[in-house]
Amino acid sequence: MNQPVKTITVRYFAMFREHAGLGEETLSLDVATAKDVFEQTRLRHGSKEPNGHCKVAINDEMADWSSPVSDGDTVLLFPPVAGG
Amino acid sequence: MIEVTSAAIDAELLKRALCNAGAGGFCSFEGWVRNENDGRSVQRLEYEAYEPLVIAEGKKVLAEAQQRFPYLEARCVHRTGLLEIGDMAVWVGVASAHRDEAFKACRYIIDELKVRLPIWKKEHYVGGDSGWVNCERCAGHGQR
Repeated sequence: MNQPVKTITVRYFAMFREHAGLGEETLSLDVATAKDVFEQTRLRHGSKEPNGHCKVAINDEMADWSSPVSDGDTVLLFPPVAGG
Repeated sequence: MIEVTSAAIDAELLKRALCNAGAGGFCSFEGWVRNENDGRSVQRLEYEAYEPLVIAEGKKVLAEAQQRFPYLEARCVHRTGLLEIGDMAVWVGVASAHRDEAFKACRYIIDELKVRLPIWKKEHYVGGDSGWVNCERCAGHGQR
């Protein structure tokens, strides 16, 4: 099913920022969920990471990979965390 | 209360802030930078945190600990930036009426913090290379 293209700001952290070579970018994406954003940016930057141990937030709220994204959202992609 | 800081952690100062006349016990955990991980000699660590969600998620963790192991006072501080061997990376302190709640709440907070809060750790090895900790589980190819 075709989705309308959305303007999404994507923020990258730690390893993801190093892979992307930037901390943030605003993209026009044909996406429905946070997982779609992850997959499309992964392809865009030639990364191979699966989302398994990674986390995602939308507009500064922790989210699930199945969470819907809306036009204008900011999606934060977190590689595996390692505090402590 | 949870906070992120780029300054050295003063454990004694933090402990004094948890003084409570109803407290019969206090328990703390300090995470220190060690010189080895997975057989590699580590020279220093670099921590990165996304503070808005460290604070938001950290508050949830403290509330969960309070619910499970009712305590009187609790506080957690995590460092960011470059840390040298022996530096304190994280401090958790809990004061409670009895020791059991203090031990258990302290353990719960540090365990949840490590897996839930958006904090990342890069190891800088003797020899000059570096790698993000745990990233190989996600990447399938090590950064080391």
